[in-house]
Amino acid sequence: MTKWYRENAPITAEKLADELMRLKRGSVNRRHFLGVTGLGLATAVLARAPGLFNSTAFAEDLGTQMSLATWPNYHDPATFEAFKAATGVAVEVNVFGSNEEMLAKLQAGGTGWDLFVPTNYTISTYAKLGLIDELDLSKLPNYDASTENARFTNEGVIDGKTYAVPKNWGTTGIAVNSAKIKKPVTSWKEFFEVAMAEADGRAMVHDYQLTTIGNALVSLGYSFNSVKPDELAKAEELLIKVKPHLYAINSDYQPSMRATDAWMTMCWTNDGAQLNRDMPEIQFVLGKDGGEIWSDFYAIPKSAANKAAGYALLNYLMTPENAVKEHIANGAPTTDSRVLKLLPADVTSNKIVYPDEAALTPLEFGAAVTLTDPGRAELMARFKSA
Amino acid sequence: MRAQFNTRFNGLTMRAAKNTKRNLVMAALVAPAAAWLCVFLVLPFIAMLVFAFGERAPEGGYQAAFTFAQFANLPTRAAAFWNTLMLAPAGALLCLLVAYPVAYYLAVRANPRYRLILVSLVVVPFWTSLLVRTYAWMYILGSRGIPNLLAMIGIEDVRMLNTPGAVLLGIVYGYLPLMIMPIYVSLEKLDRRLLEASADLGAKPVSSFLGVTLPLSLPGVMTGVALVTILLLGEYLIPQLLGGGKVFFIGNALVDLFLQSRNWPFGSAIAVTLVAVVAVVLMVAMRIAWKVAGTRQVDLV
Repeated sequence: MTKWYRENAPITAEKLADELMRLKRGSVNRRHFLGVTGLGLATAVLARAPGLFNSTAFAEDLGTQMSLATWPNYHDPATFEAFKAATGVAVEVNVFGSNEEMLAKLQAGGTGWDLFVPTNYTISTYAKLGLIDELDLSKLPNYDASTENARFTNEGVIDGKTYAVPKNWGTTGIAVNSAKIKKPVTSWKEFFEVAMAEADGRAMVHDYQLTTIGNALVSLGYSFNSVKPDELAKAEELLIKVKPHLYAINSDYQPSMRATDAWMTMCWTNDGAQLNRDMPEIQFVLGKDGGEIWSDFYAIPKSAANKAAGYALLNYLMTPENAVKEHIANGAPTTDSRVLKLLPADVTSNKIVYPDEAALTPLEFGAAVTLTDPGRAELMARFKSA
Repeated sequence: MRAQFNTRFNGLTMRAAKNTKRNLVMAALVAPAAAWLCVFLVLPFIAMLVFAFGERAPEGGYQAAFTFAQFANLPTRAAAFWNTLMLAPAGALLCLLVAYPVAYYLAVRANPRYRLILVSLVVVPFWTSLLVRTYAWMYILGSRGIPNLLAMIGIEDVRMLNTPGAVLLGIVYGYLPLMIMPIYVSLEKLDRRLLEASADLGAKPVSSFLGVTLPLSLPGVMTGVALVTILLLGEYLIPQLLGGGKVFFIGNALVDLFLQSRNWPFGSAIAVTLVAVVAVVLMVAMRIAWKVAGTRQVDLV
């Protein structure tokens, strides 16, 4: 055995025997352990990475990342790209299907959201539970309360304090694929009838107590916001009867409608406008027997980690030039007269987005009591697990 | 004499010292796992037990109380429990039917040269998140997938997604490797000489399989079935994505209670009940395994 061979051999005979005996005894030395598990390398890398264990964040630094909680198909992705280009802050978007889900996350704590999109009827509860702070309007120079339509924005202000500023308003109607369903659907009563007949296995309801229970109540001739036990019992009976005929219980219905897996769904204005724009056979109608009219807001959770970035994005979105792009993309009607002036005529004349006042008359705003009413929460849970 | 005694005494103290040292090492090694289990398993479980006897706060969440109302309310989730208790074993058995021939091929028939590659192919899907793979199934089963192909040959408007069948398919797909592996391991250890002996004594291949191979692989089968069933009892993702919120497992009911209805006490009561059900299923599985396969326990690892 030459010296060269001994030095360059992968392992010597004695060493192999040693290793074998060591492994047989089950002994592992430190170097071997660190090498095999990769912990040695990991420690070496981590020791050099700055900011992981020794953070050096500045007070008014916007950071590089923030988190937004919002609804499905509700923003133009280009907006966030532009915001990132302007500020260096990447926006992580979390999508939710109901206000109750957002409330549950905030109550449990540790959401990490820096900005979120609650609906009108929830804001008083968020303020009461201390989950959101009064907004510092000096950080939102591009927001102008005087140009907002008070009908849609009053619920953001409690006792003269602004807790939330409006995103847009809208309605909850019915989207129908007219290529698949020939019978006209013009009311919630007809929605549930068709769901059990022509649209058997192809209709969707929201995974959201307010609209699913509310529209069932409306179809039976009751108020959208009822919390009366006997009326809720009737609504539950209807929903459980309809359930076997449904395609799904899901608030993100656009993928299913576009794939024509689903032919009819409860639908918000903005989704109705988007669906109708891309697939004209999908029509959006408001229930003539009633339904919901709503406005969505932006609010900043008390627990937000990066409030500076939350305010920065909010101010960016309140700028009419940016907001107008958002509105054209998501198809929801605006509450801000400055934005309305900038919108092209084909948007403002779109009857899905800006329906006639007469069509809005039977609609109701959601009531705060429905958010926390245990009867409605439990009804929805029973309906889903039935 | 005295010297002899001294040596023996020294030996004893040395052994005692060695023992304490060994115990210390053992304690140091076990401590992290014990602390982990205590903080992340025992304490949360105690919290859950406390919650289960409480009340829902007016705005949702938990409010201290002592009531059995949550447990009395359990029958309202009977459908979800029933779905879970039916579909979990059904899924495990379907998995077994698909997995056994695969494991048998891998362990007994496959060319040893390619065996490692074939076994890795079974494991490779685990490199991709189950979420992504289940989304893929949503597209395959959705209108643009198989129903679209069926429409081309004249079968219109077939709906596959959001049915119990879709959920079952997703379950078999997702859990197959967990069933194949234990069976493969038990078949691989199989002593081939037994098969030769069986053949020499005139047994046909089928009776060799039924009389020798199958009984000897039963420990692996029981492990696989128990593993898959127990994981399925807590399944949430697959019914959510492939069942469209219509095929509801108890896991979905749990998520719903914590993340939508905000009824933590009732959610805790269901979680406690689920743990009890899993314990019973595990005990029954062990009993059956002991009876059938003669093994003392179901190995879960």
